[in-house]
Amino acid sequence: MMRHALLWLALCLIPATAIAQAIQPLPFRDRAEEVRFQRLSAELRCPMCQNETLADSNAPIAHDLRRQVFEMMQAGKSDDEIKAYLVARYSQFVLYQPPVEPSTWLLWFGPAVLLVVGGVVVAVQVRRRARQAPAAPPANDTGDDW
Amino acid sequence: MSRLLPLFGFLLLVALFGFGIWWNTGHDPHDIASPLIDQPAPAFALPVLGEPERTIDKASLLGRPYLLNVFASWCIECVHEHPILMTRAKELGVPLVGFNYKDEPADATAWLAKHGNPFDTIVADRDGRAGIDFGVYAAPETFLIDAKGVIRYKRIGPITPDVLDNEIRPAIAALAKESP
Repeated sequence: MMRHALLWLALCLIPATAIAQAIQPLPFRDRAEEVRFQRLSAELRCPMCQNETLADSNAPIAHDLRRQVFEMMQAGKSDDEIKAYLVARYSQFVLYQPPVEPSTWLLWFGPAVLLVVGGVVVAVQVRRRARQAPAAPPANDTGDDW
Repeated sequence: MSRLLPLFGFLLLVALFGFGIWWNTGHDPHDIASPLIDQPAPAFALPVLGEPERTIDKASLLGRPYLLNVFASWCIECVHEHPILMTRAKELGVPLVGFNYKDEPADATAWLAKHGNPFDTIVADRDGRAGIDFGVYAAPETFLIDAKGVIRYKRIGPITPDVLDNEIRPAIAALAKESP
């Protein structure tokens, strides 16, 4: 019984070790710095394994870039300065949240535009049907169309 | 007319998804346009592979265009790229500088002994810091740097005969034309 419980406990801990291995231990000064690092590296994209964040990726370049981000934080750089540093080398591709500018307008506002267009189409249809409905003779409608 | 509306909607979706498939098969998602094109190459000072006491920096390579080829002994694609560097790099008429990326010098030397050494010079970036400045994220990558030290072209991934003939050679020819 006890052995079973231990086995289950060990199995439950497997994912935890996987997470711990993906992120190299860095000598953070305090908890706040660690939280800032985790948040920042989760906003940055690994250029190698493109659907992973810097925080998640185990690619060598993600390892190096995490080290770089950490060192820049230690050197007192702001989040924006660190992002600008990476964008200058790896392009805006590394940002999971690209800035709002003409080349990203479609990305940022496209969904809202689609929603508005869809809303207009629906509104027009509903109005047209509402106008047509009274014209149809309701008296004959017995529901026995079959 | 209103009867055909669903069909139009369907065709619109087919067109949208078709475009998605076409667009995704037509380009390599790993080919991220480098923001460093037409920018001065980052300053670097790196030891020569096999001669750690000798350093090569950006300034010492100025004056004529060169190709900077990022390679490593752990890099599988580099093995595929290597034959074309061995046989055809000389005909390009510019020096080929090797950029040994995140590699053990002994491993790199053994790799070159096995596959041949097409490079005129090789600098070693063991910890990958100079590589970050160049925006390197995987090997092989190749940069064309002009006589003034400006990055003019970048290839991510192995050089194929097609890339050599249709991209690198014209880029070098264009450089030769602007500074006779």
